[in-house]
Amino acid sequence: MLKIKEYVKAESLEEAYQLNQKKKSCILGGMLWLKMGSRTIQTAIDLSGLGLDKIEETEEAFSIGCMTTLRQLEKHEGLEKLTQGAIRQSVESIVGVQFRNLATVGGSIFGRFGFSDVLTCFLALDTYVELYHGGIIPLEEFAAAKKDRDILVRLIVKKTPVHCVYMSHRNTRTDFPVLTCAVSEDGRGVRAVVGARPGRAVCIRLEEDSLEGGLDGSLDAAAEGLAAQVTTGSNMRAGASYRSVLAKVLIRRGLCRLLEERGIS
Amino acid sequence: MKITVMLNGKKIEEEISPDMLLIDFVRGHGCFSVKRGCETSNCGLCTVFMDDMPVLSCSVLAARASGRRVETLEGLQEEAEEFGSFIADQGAEQCGFCNPGMIMNAIALFRENPDPSDEEIKEYLAGNLCRCSGYEGQLRGIREFLEYRRSKRTGGAI
Amino acid sequence: MRIVGQPVQKKDAMSLVTGKPVFTEDLQTGDCLVVKVLRSPHANAWVRSVRTDAAKKVSGIEAIYTWEDVPDKRFTMAGQTYPEPSPYDRLILDRHVRYVGDPVAIVAGGNEACVDRALRILKVEYEVLPAVLDFRSAKDNEVLVHPEENWRALCPVGADNKRNLCACGESHEGDVDEVLKECDVVVEGTYHTRANQQAMMETFRTVCYMDTYGRLNVLSSTQIVFHVRRILSNALDIPKSKIRVFKPRIGGGFGAKQTVVAEIFPAFVTWMTGKPSKMIFTREESQTASTPRHEMQVSVRVGAMKNGRIRAIDVHTLSNTGAYGEHGPTTVGLSGHKSIPLYGSLDAHRFSYEVVYTNVMSAGAYRGYGATQGIFAVESAVNELAGKLHMDPVALRDLNMVREGQIMPAYYGEQSNSCALNRCLAKAADMIGWKEKYPCRDMGNNKVRSVGVAMGMQGSGISGVDVGSAAIKLNEDGSYTLSIAAADMGTGCDTILAQMAAECMECSVDEITVTGADTDTSPYDSGSYASSTTYITGRAVEKACRKLQQRILEEGARMLECSTEELEFGGGRVKHLGDGREVTLEQVAFSSMCGSSTALQAVESNSSPVSPPPFMAGMVEIELDKETGHVEILDYAAVVDCGTVVNPNLARVQVEGGLVQGIGMALYENIQYTEKGQLLNNSFMQYKVPTRLDMGKLRVEFESSYEPTGPFGAKSIGEIVINTPSPALAHAIANATGIWFKELPITSEKIAMGLLEKERK
Repeated sequence: MLKIKEYVKAESLEEAYQLNQKKKSCILGGMLWLKMGSRTIQTAIDLSGLGLDKIEETEEAFSIGCMTTLRQLEKHEGLEKLTQGAIRQSVESIVGVQFRNLATVGGSIFGRFGFSDVLTCFLALDTYVELYHGGIIPLEEFAAAKKDRDILVRLIVKKTPVHCVYMSHRNTRTDFPVLTCAVSEDGRGVRAVVGARPGRAVCIRLEEDSLEGGLDGSLDAAAEGLAAQVTTGSNMRAGASYRSVLAKVLIRRGLCRLLEERGIS
Repeated sequence: MKITVMLNGKKIEEEISPDMLLIDFVRGHGCFSVKRGCETSNCGLCTVFMDDMPVLSCSVLAARASGRRVETLEGLQEEAEEFGSFIADQGAEQCGFCNPGMIMNAIALFRENPDPSDEEIKEYLAGNLCRCSGYEGQLRGIREFLEYRRSKRTGGAI
Repeated sequence: MRIVGQPVQKKDAMSLVTGKPVFTEDLQTGDCLVVKVLRSPHANAWVRSVRTDAAKKVSGIEAIYTWEDVPDKRFTMAGQTYPEPSPYDRLILDRHVRYVGDPVAIVAGGNEACVDRALRILKVEYEVLPAVLDFRSAKDNEVLVHPEENWRALCPVGADNKRNLCACGESHEGDVDEVLKECDVVVEGTYHTRANQQAMMETFRTVCYMDTYGRLNVLSSTQIVFHVRRILSNALDIPKSKIRVFKPRIGGGFGAKQTVVAEIFPAFVTWMTGKPSKMIFTREESQTASTPRHEMQVSVRVGAMKNGRIRAIDVHTLSNTGAYGEHGPTTVGLSGHKSIPLYGSLDAHRFSYEVVYTNVMSAGAYRGYGATQGIFAVESAVNELAGKLHMDPVALRDLNMVREGQIMPAYYGEQSNSCALNRCLAKAADMIGWKEKYPCRDMGNNKVRSVGVAMGMQGSGISGVDVGSAAIKLNEDGSYTLSIAAADMGTGCDTILAQMAAECMECSVDEITVTGADTDTSPYDSGSYASSTTYITGRAVEKACRKLQQRILEEGARMLECSTEELEFGGGRVKHLGDGREVTLEQVAFSSMCGSSTALQAVESNSSPVSPPPFMAGMVEIELDKETGHVEILDYAAVVDCGTVVNPNLARVQVEGGLVQGIGMALYENIQYTEKGQLLNNSFMQYKVPTRLDMGKLRVEFESSYEPTGPFGAKSIGEIVINTPSPALAHAIANATGIWFKELPITSEKIAMGLLEKERK
């Protein structure tokens, strides 16, 4: 069982940051992962009094506070519109409503969990993280970095026009994913993000023009090319070869949907 | 540490251990409808409302509930009876162990979406496991309840 | 019938839906010692020593017990009628630990925190032994799971602990090998099912305390109060008269609670310390140290002529009982005895089996009890046979299925006196649109829709063994109290039995109070398992009611100064047939309480020499994604013959619940061990029971026969309902992919990789 010696509701990020520099301190997210462990935490730091549980919209971006719940993401109209439902789809298979009312964006992203649907989807968008100490850096950079004792304050999703498709394969509908896949296209090109490999999500970019052939011929080849760059492994949910098969199938389906979107727009 | 919680409309001030979970706090105050069915936040049996939002009380620190309103089925007896009788009319309560959590979450659903479709019902209640009923009877009960509410709204004049 | 056959609301329903404190943990009073056990991290080991001194010093710790503190007398934890077929192979704590999770020490303390701390600092030195983890190599393995000399089997079940054999046997009629040789087509297959978990929402839990009379009171979530009393008496080596076992509401059982799982530990603590105690299993303990389904490997040969006549079925089952033998010798029998008899005119059949010990969690009783495993194998083989014969599998079944009036040689020679299986099959085919949909349709986009079929059967109680009893008494307001020791675990038997009593006594269900189960006050009942309660205990209720009516007439005769023959019972009164004088039941009751020597109470027991099978047909339509292997259930049509349907609502929900568990078994619920014998599926995070998004749409209908030996014509329903999903889904998947999957669960990975493999060939 998780043991907590002291609970502090931080009054400022500076206080939280200072407290968090100790090894036995821990910032609380939604507690869903944390509570299953049996570690002893000297100081549990709660950020829930700092107003970071909101999604704010500006001209250029959505700013998502780290204490925003997955359920808030799911129900946010602006994000729904920007991502054509992809953000909603990325979270709606996560356990259940009561779970998503607790799980936080900060917890999901900071943990850089391999199985993370949320990380997969945000990596497909023009996303940055704001760290209290480290400033604003691209999410992709953050995801690849080692865990440190900084605080993830918010996620910033630029309103870069994007077509985005989110898919996952699961053994049961609300289980951890066997594979996650987000395919998107914005001004910067086409990318496929594959997570739950079972390792952390990776982002792969498509060579320009390789989709020029449209819906026939080149699609398979493009999907195969992208999937070949995804390293997969085995865990109790599935084996590596199946994950590789799924990666190809989901990427192809995603690209296919993107091409259909192109046709529409 | 000291917390102040509005539990089912009653203000409770108490000295607690910082790692106490909300489920243990509410059970300690006689809210036995709140059940523990797993340790991994998967079953939904421990669902309570925190500031009107359905959450898993097994995964919330009691400390975090301080200054907030917490409701359990003990505080929603009228709604539980009204809606629950429709589940009972299907025999779908079966062992009853998952019922309080399911009924809490269903009440949350009805508040959020008064007229849900079958698919919306299933999606919303997906985090409430039941091993007895096979879920169909619960769905039938919910549909009947919604129908009853609709007819009540229109004064029974359909 | 007025009340039998009505969808009466369950008597406890409103308490349950409003969340009243009616379960074991809710009912503990005062401070209870928290009891937990330290569990072995090794699959097979010898406990060299347990150092308890430091742990005992933890503040709040009341007691710590090891193998040195418990009686050295073996017993079984299987809830079965004495003499139990399950071998006596357990101790409360054993120096030899036989699976990852086997208890090593019991710790009791004032609160959870101190108990957890003590558990952490207990020092155990193990001598780790090689383990038998694969049940296929268990028999005659040089590693013995039970090498001990004081192991014993009370019944001749073919057990031999020096060969890792928990049971073995064979039965046959005709020469199966000869008949198979004569057959035009023979299908052969070996099927593998997993040790699925019952996964009832309430884990195992027990509260114990000593009463005024110095007796051990055990409040437990159990299906078998009387068996628990005997088992505790055996385990603790104390007289049965010193033990009372009773149950509150039970949060689901499915057979899990037909075995003593939690009870012995707090019982031992309370008996030793005199203090109240409780044990609440975690979900992890429930998943890893309990009594799941027996893993089985079932080999089947089915032979038929070109015209479709099935002439012979040969079944051999290898069953894995795990570290202990609970229900090992008995579950295996159903894999043959409740699958082969689905086919009515065989020239020969054979059923042979071996049950082996291994170093994994012990198996136990789980809904279906071996029939589920056997039916998956036999029904799959028959479906494959239909393919080979180029016959519609529904037509093939129609040609061969058991019919009413037939003798069933593989079913202990019983006659099928009530059987509407043919109607069940026809109706299910109608509901699903079998003719149009069989075998499959390509939907484009790599999606294919297909259908599958299976039949199922079970029993109704254990013939010649199970005893059901009921005591009913008239109260002074004219109402009745029905006392039973059958266990309502959500199934609704309190209500169903009250419906029967109300039918007999011509009153309303509300006028019947039901109490039990309690070893001190309830009449003896073997308990609720083996699909026995409606059929066996139901008949006891009928008998008791008839007897009470007679007594009421006697009291009425005393009041009206006439003979009982002149009186009629009915409508809440006793009426003189001649002159119309009458007395109300209230008056009769008052009269019996004043100067009367007639007890207005009756107790009856019931046992049955036969176990009439309920039957059913299940058909499923799926959509399968050929690229990802994903299976979506579109429609499941189930038609059941459980004899008279006593309560249509409760029967329907039994069917739906059983189907979803069966679907979980078929597609999702996996059991994976590490090479060291550690179970990975140790939580609801890792053991995926179906959610309401995973089970598709279910449709249930009844086609009733009338069982002459059952109460009001009823048979059973609780177990049969889990038997069709595995074979029906395997069939639908085969119809979509051309691949016969013989190992459960059939995951999307197996399907997708199987299809790729097939393409390559």
